[in-house]
Amino acid sequence: MKVLTLNFLTCAVKACKTTSASFPLVPKECELVSDTIAPNPTLLTNLLPRVDWPALGSIAVALGFPSLSPLPPTPADLENDTKMMADLHTLLLETQISEGSLVCANCGHEYKVKEGIANFLLPNHLV
Amino acid sequence: MEATSPNTAPPGSTNTIQPPSISQQDGNPSNSSTIQQESSSNPAQYEEQHVHTVYNEIAPHFSSTRYKPWPIVKTFLQSQPPGSLGLDIGCGNGKYLPINPSVFIIASDRSSGLIKFASQHQPHSAIIADTLALPHPRGKFDFAICIAVVHHLSTAKRRRQAVHAILETLSGKGKALIYAWALEQRDSRRGWDEGSEQDVMVPWVMKKAKRDLAEGEKNETTFQRYYHLYRKGEMEENVEAARGVVVEAGYEKDNWWVICSRGKGFEEGKEL
Repeated sequence: MKVLTLNFLTCAVKACKTTSASFPLVPKECELVSDTIAPNPTLLTNLLPRVDWPALGSIAVALGFPSLSPLPPTPADLENDTKMMADLHTLLLETQISEGSLVCANCGHEYKVKEGIANFLLPNHLV
Repeated sequence: MEATSPNTAPPGSTNTIQPPSISQQDGNPSNSSTIQQESSSNPAQYEEQHVHTVYNEIAPHFSSTRYKPWPIVKTFLQSQPPGSLGLDIGCGNGKYLPINPSVFIIASDRSSGLIKFASQHQPHSAIIADTLALPHPRGKFDFAICIAVVHHLSTAKRRRQAVHAILETLSGKGKALIYAWALEQRDSRRGWDEGSEQDVMVPWVMKKAKRDLAEGEKNETTFQRYYHLYRKGEMEENVEAARGVVVEAGYEKDNWWVICSRGKGFEEGKEL
């Protein structure tokens, strides 16, 4: 489960979808591992406007990373600052939640992450 | 399942899939009506037994036979600009994930057995989720593919809901490619055609290597999977019922496909 993926996930419960509390899911007791993934600056630069930056910031802090800048870097920032690009690549694509849970702040349901894969199947009473 | 040797049933071998056990030709409706009754009483439970459990049991063997991408799907994925954000809904073993490494895809499947294979493909991501309860924000994604998935849903309502759920993830300009098994496939070895029963059980035969057999054990196990075979025009009807728009549609290798987007009257969260 990549940190980037968390930016595109909400609670699977239908009633939670319309509440702002269901996004982002809150990481709980997460173990992190680091993967090596080939950098793709174009992918990251083009994808960045789609990333909810405040949500990414709150997830980064919850996972123990330092606070992000208040505003996302511009494409020009990324082009001129290779370290910034490398750091972002590490945080978004290489950092993985291997074990733990993701919690919906609206309904409180916890989704388990095991061996790096989050399970969003709902128990019968929540379907 | 670990004991299964894929070598005994090579990919594409005509021995791996037998003709369906339900007769298509004799006009006897008894088998098909049984399927309908069973599926309408509790469709989710029916699919759990006749689709999800089967895929988990056959996952390694199924995955070893699924590596060749269909051309329409390949073209669709390659046409997405770098940095596009997409979904592969019901991704199975993730055989479409290697096609475009310049986009970011979140792949999902109900089968924990198959998703392990899907999670190997970088830079993408894989999660366990149900097509009818996707954990994604609405209106966010540039594209989605849903290949060989909706034909496993056992009622017309659930198939319409699945198409609606896919469209719900898309942005206003986003497009989805949906692909399902066709009823009209008279040239395939299964021989189904117009007028045949649409709700069928299709066997998956898994062979074990001789050295892995217990004494007296049969060397093959047959699993039955439920399918709803789409007739011509039915996929387009599903899209229209979900208030989507068909952008393009066609037939490829015994399957019907549509590329669709949200229509003007599309409503998020609508019960179909």
